[in-house]
Amino acid sequence: MLKITDLVVSYGAIEALHGISLEVGEGEIVAIIGSNGAGKSTLLNTISGLLRPKSGTIINNDIPLHKTDPNKIVGLGISQVPEGRRIFSNLTVRENLEMGAILPENWKTFDKNLERVHKLFPRLQERDAQTGGTLSGGEQQMLAIGRALMGNPKLLLLDEPSLGLAPVLVTDVYRVIMQIQSSGIPILLVEQNAYQALKVANRAYVLETGNIVMGDTASRLLANDQVKKAYLGG
Amino acid sequence: MSQSFLIQQLISGVAIGIVYALIAIGYSMVYGILKFINFGHGAVYMVGTYVSYFVWLFFINSVGWGVWPSFLIAITVSMIVAAIFGVLMERVAYRPTRGKSRLTTFMSSVGMALLVTYTMEFLVGPQPRPTPELFPGVKIHIGGAILTGQQIFMLATGIVLLILLQLFITKTRQGKAIRACSEDMGAAFLMGIDVNRSISVSFAIGSAMAAVAGTLVGIYYNAVYPTMGWLAGLKGFICAVTGGIGSIPGAMLGGMLLGMGENLGAGLVASGYRDAIAFTILILVMIFRPMGIIAREQKSSL
Repeated sequence: MLKITDLVVSYGAIEALHGISLEVGEGEIVAIIGSNGAGKSTLLNTISGLLRPKSGTIINNDIPLHKTDPNKIVGLGISQVPEGRRIFSNLTVRENLEMGAILPENWKTFDKNLERVHKLFPRLQERDAQTGGTLSGGEQQMLAIGRALMGNPKLLLLDEPSLGLAPVLVTDVYRVIMQIQSSGIPILLVEQNAYQALKVANRAYVLETGNIVMGDTASRLLANDQVKKAYLGG
Repeated sequence: MSQSFLIQQLISGVAIGIVYALIAIGYSMVYGILKFINFGHGAVYMVGTYVSYFVWLFFINSVGWGVWPSFLIAITVSMIVAAIFGVLMERVAYRPTRGKSRLTTFMSSVGMALLVTYTMEFLVGPQPRPTPELFPGVKIHIGGAILTGQQIFMLATGIVLLILLQLFITKTRQGKAIRACSEDMGAAFLMGIDVNRSISVSFAIGSAMAAVAGTLVGIYYNAVYPTMGWLAGLKGFICAVTGGIGSIPGAMLGGMLLGMGENLGAGLVASGYRDAIAFTILILVMIFRPMGIIAREQKSSL
């Protein structure tokens, strides 16, 4: 499980996270909700090693990620689906999935994982030889998630998976997120779409300008008046 | 203007053009990943040429091997040395500037070009050295045009290398990783792709190709000299830019266009205008197709 304690991250002189603590337990979906600029992506990118914390600790299954060489973090099973999907648009669907399995240990399980991804997203199998750039937004999101699954994740970080998708596709994506959870992979989910996130999450935290201001079970946050007012549109 | 004259100029243009394309690959691959113009590439081209020149003469004169076996050893050694040289150049002069402005990296590469060129001039002297010949007296007649053996050899070598490169970049895991890096380095990093290794491999390939190009040009013009990388580097750069920088097919197209344009222009106007024509092509393409001839998307790709 993932345990973050007193995490401080800054961009030069500007501090983006002011000492936050949170946990993701076995098989849990944990959501971080908050508005634009609250520091949600900063949090995920620090876990992935793209940013280094100024202080605080990130421990995943007893391994201190904040001390791990950033190049090694993916190899520990921390897969991120970045905001805006960021699939490789000039590579084919298959090649994108290959990139997700680029590490030698993941390459060995390529066929098995490909089958799993194709089962989750039959669309990707149909689009196998097409370049990523020709896919629709929803298909690209599926590809981004599929690509992350090719790396045998032990923790999946999802950054705004519903961003820019039509409502019907958002439902699809969230159905898959729950399927992934039921296969035993814990998920840390960052969302502006608080309602969707709280519906699938076990627990959630509210992040406001670099501080966690609330943390509770998702169902209780859904019923919370402050959350309703600030994030659920009434 | 006779038909055979046209054919002659076009085929000669293609032969030299494919060598320009080999030079352009180095600019394109590095630009694709790091988004900066490696001005030091012409120096790598020159170093590779000297390595093959000296190894070649050594095997002919001191070991007593024939011209061809010596040449094959020389070109192999030169590709390896140039590849290592290019990789070291990136480590020493470019990697420390990463994260700073691209202009910093560019200036560093200009410094490398000057340093390497004038160090070589200090070591071996400025005088051009004649090379041995691979095909003395070989001439082939095609439809009234006369091609030298060297021209055909350049064509064949260039085509083989470009096909191998295309296969590498589209079929192998490392090749695909390089394409992924050149499209989105951050996302590539999140996949666990070793970005630094992809950068080093790009430098190695571009540098080895430049070594082959330099060796072929050295033999073609029968001259090897320390500043040979200036103009050759500029022309490779022009090919990369006119074709569409970051694109390998673009580099090939740019090379063909420049080689044929130069030769036709030199034949029709006067051969002294050869280089002026090269730069005119660059300016025209930049005016009408600023992204290059092959510009699929805003994002450049290999």
